[in-house]
Parts: sequence; C-alpha cells; structure tokens
Amino acid sequence: MLELLRDLFSYHFIVRALLVGTLVALCAALLGVSLVLKRYSMIGDGLSHVGFGALSIAMALHLAPLQVSIPVVVLAAFLLLRLNERSQLKADAAIALVSSSSLAAGVIVTSLTAGMNTDVNSYMFGSILAMSDGDVLLSVALSLAVLSLFILFYHKIFAVTFDEEFAAATGIRVRLYNLLLALLTAVTIVVGMRLMGAMLISSLVIFPALSSMRVFRSFRSVILSSALLAAAAFFIGIALSFAFSIPAGASVVAVHALLFACFFAAGWLRARLD
Amino acid sequence: MALLTCRDLSVYYGGHAAVEGISFSVEPGDYLFIAGENGTGKSSLLKGLLGLAPLRRGEILFGAGLHSNEIGYLPQQTPAQRDFPASVYEIVLSGCLNRRGLHPFYSAAEKRRARQQLDRLGILPLQNRPYRALSGGQRQRVLLARALCAAGKLLLLDEPVTGLDPLAAAQMYEQIAELNREGLAVVMVSHDLEAALRYANRVLQIDTRLQFWGTAEEYRQSGAGRRMLGGRADA
Repeated sequence: MLELLRDLFSYHFIVRALLVGTLVALCAALLGVSLVLKRYSMIGDGLSHVGFGALSIAMALHLAPLQVSIPVVVLAAFLLLRLNERSQLKADAAIALVSSSSLAAGVIVTSLTAGMNTDVNSYMFGSILAMSDGDVLLSVALSLAVLSLFILFYHKIFAVTFDEEFAAATGIRVRLYNLLLALLTAVTIVVGMRLMGAMLISSLVIFPALSSMRVFRSFRSVILSSALLAAAAFFIGIALSFAFSIPAGASVVAVHALLFACFFAAGWLRARLD
Repeated sequence: MALLTCRDLSVYYGGHAAVEGISFSVEPGDYLFIAGENGTGKSSLLKGLLGLAPLRRGEILFGAGLHSNEIGYLPQQTPAQRDFPASVYEIVLSGCLNRRGLHPFYSAAEKRRARQQLDRLGILPLQNRPYRALSGGQRQRVLLARALCAAGKLLLLDEPVTGLDPLAAAQMYEQIAELNREGLAVVMVSHDLEAALRYANRVLQIDTRLQFWGTAEEYRQSGAGRRMLGGRADA
C-alpha cells in the first residue's frame, strides 16, 4: 500500500493529474449539489459534448483547445439556461438536442480532418497524459476562481437553489446568480474533461451530491460531504487506475458508483434507526 | 401614509393582460384579502407587487418607510422543495439575505433575528431538523419565519393554507392574525373566502379588472360578495 503511494507520487504526470483533478472534482461536486437540486443533472453531460465539439474544431484548425472551448461552452451554458427560462422547450430536451448535435459536429469535423485518432479518443475518455504544463496552470487558476466564487456566493446560491421566487422577491438578482452558476459549471466541465473525458465528466457533477443527499439532511452538511467525497473518490480512482492500468476517468467513476451504493445503504439504515 | 399604493396597475402574463387597471392601497396594520376565482389574475397581481412580473402600466408607490425588497413573501411550496436537503435554520436565515447587500456572510445580528422569528412562531425547537421531515403545517411556519426575517411591516401570502389539514389551516390563520395584531400589515390571496373574511378588514376582488375594493363589511353586503359567498350574506 505504502509502496503504491510512493510509486504514485514519483511520477510527475500523476502528481499533476492529482492536483488538477482534485481541484476540478471539488468544483464539480460543489456546483453539482445546486445543479442536481435544480433538476439540471444532465447539464454536465450536455456541456461536455459541446466541449468535445469545440475541441475537435479547435484541433482541426490548429488552435489552442482550452482557449477555444471555454468560451463556446460558456455560451452553450447560457443558451441552455435561457431556453429553460422561456420553457417552450424543456431543459432535459434542450440539453439532449444541444449535446447530440455538438457530438455529431465534433465527430464529422474530426473524421474529415485527422480521422478518429488517439487524440480524439483521449478527449472522449480522458487521459492524464493529455495535459501540458500550460493546461495545468490554466486549470489550477480556473478551479481556484470557481472555488472562491462559490464560497463568496454560497448563501445566495443556497437561496436561489431553494426558492427562486422568494429570492427574487427579496431583491436578489436571481438571473445573475443563475448565470454565475452556468459560467462556473461551464469552466469546470471544460477543464475537467481533459482528465475524465467528455463521456464521463458529468459523473463528477452528479455522484457526490446524490451520494451525500442519501445520508445528510442540511445543505451545509451535503456540501461538505460532497466536497470530501469528490476528493477521496478522485484520489482512490487514480491510485486504482495506476495499480491496475485502467483508464483514469472510468476508474474514478467506478469508485463513485461504489461509494453511492455504500451511502445508499447508510441512508436506508439511518432512516430505519430514526 | 399608506405602506403600498397601486395606481392603475396592469400586469401581462404570456402576452395577455392578466390584471388591468387595478388601484388600491394598503395602510399600516391592514389585513387585505384578495379574492377571485382561479385564473382571474390574483397571482399575477402578487407577482407585479413583488417585482417578479413587469408592469405594463400604472405604478406602485411604497410609503411609511417600506422598501420594495422588505416585503415578507410566503410563496406556494414547490415540488422540488419536498426532498431538498436543508435544515429549518438554514431556510429561515436565508430570509435575511435582503439585508446583506454584497456582504458574503451573515452577521451575528441576522442570526439572532432568524432565531427570534423561529421563537415567535413557536418552532425554535425544530431549528436543526431537516425541512423535508416536517409536516405541512410546520413547513408553512418555517417559510413564514423566513418571510418575517425579510419583512418588518408587510407580509404577502399566496394561498397560505393550500394542502394543510383543517386543524393546521386553522392554526395558520390564527398565527397570521396574531402577527397582524402585532402590527404587521397582511395581504393574502386565498380561495378560502369564509375563513379569510373572518380576519380581513379589507377586500379586493378582481377578475382581470377590479370587481370590488372596500372594507370587509361592505364586501359582505355587496353584490360581488354575495355571489362569492353563495348568496349567504350573513356568512
């Protein structure tokens, strides 16, 4: 066990992945509580597919992938939010539309230019080798920005998540905070999909919140538990991925699924005991 | 001076006039009951008063030191709240956010205020309980305590007894009347005409346009009131 840990920390790329991954997992988990409660669980999935489309086009045009995809995904997040407010097209349907169209665009562009090569594979399923030093710096800076904004606006995010109408009536600018939530989510998704892959990133948003809500009953305890779960699952996932040579993204998701089962059982027990 | 004066108010909903040309006022200490069938624009009127729906015409004047963000609002409960993980205290405290401005965290005075409102409604012992484990009547009290954190002078209640059993509903009405006796002005939208008339001193009835505006006594005698009360003028 100790040997495994020593080995783990001796690889520069793994330390880098742990640093970025833990920060991104924290961001995703914190935002995830609000998103899941607002019935926006699938937005992570939708945005990551938009991110995939943007990344493919950026690669085909030989542009910097993160710098191109972040604004595109932010725009998509705003768009999905507005569609939902006007409510002619329901949020789940809108997300499905945007998500599959972007995936299709990405696949078409890639097959016309480079072909479905290993790069594309790494965007779909994640690769801890894919990150350059510049990516790492940018990712760390963005994650820290997301974390500090979340902490600063924690109480307002709670109010807007619990009851938009009351919040608006007492003068809170609900629209602004919904936009902030969309912006933070978009940034988190794009930064995280390099590691986790477009197909698996939304698990970082959904799992910690859902697991925590099985057991904990106040907003603050759910938030704290989600943050801890996210960090723990990411670390265990990477360690397992290293020990058994399995892809990092899938390994992290598998750990989350197991933890969910444990929390589900614990929640059931707790309800029985009360 | 009136707390709230509405002049010639028109609110549109989905491109249609939901409320048109309504004028009325709320004085300190009033208990105003807004009557009307479903789809007559009661909710749109409330949303207009709260600034949640844009006004097409007319104006709302706030007086006697009331600001537009100091209205205590008790909205109808949403389905999403039923399994929302939050403690009673967290929810009530969020009513103090309108005093916060840009400051990110609550002050000791606001935490005290939240506990005072819990105590005022007799639910202080519930403060650490999860909201989703409470009964319907207890939940309404929690949301009322939150509204009291936001408000000093005026409460706006949207169907406050919907989904409550008769006993809980009666207790809720009594609680609201008690707050009114303590000096808080109350504006209530409700289907429950007879119960509302027991407490209200003023009535506004709308059906997109104004049907009646006056004292509760005048309402009982009026044609509009008799129709709504099913011809029983003595109800």
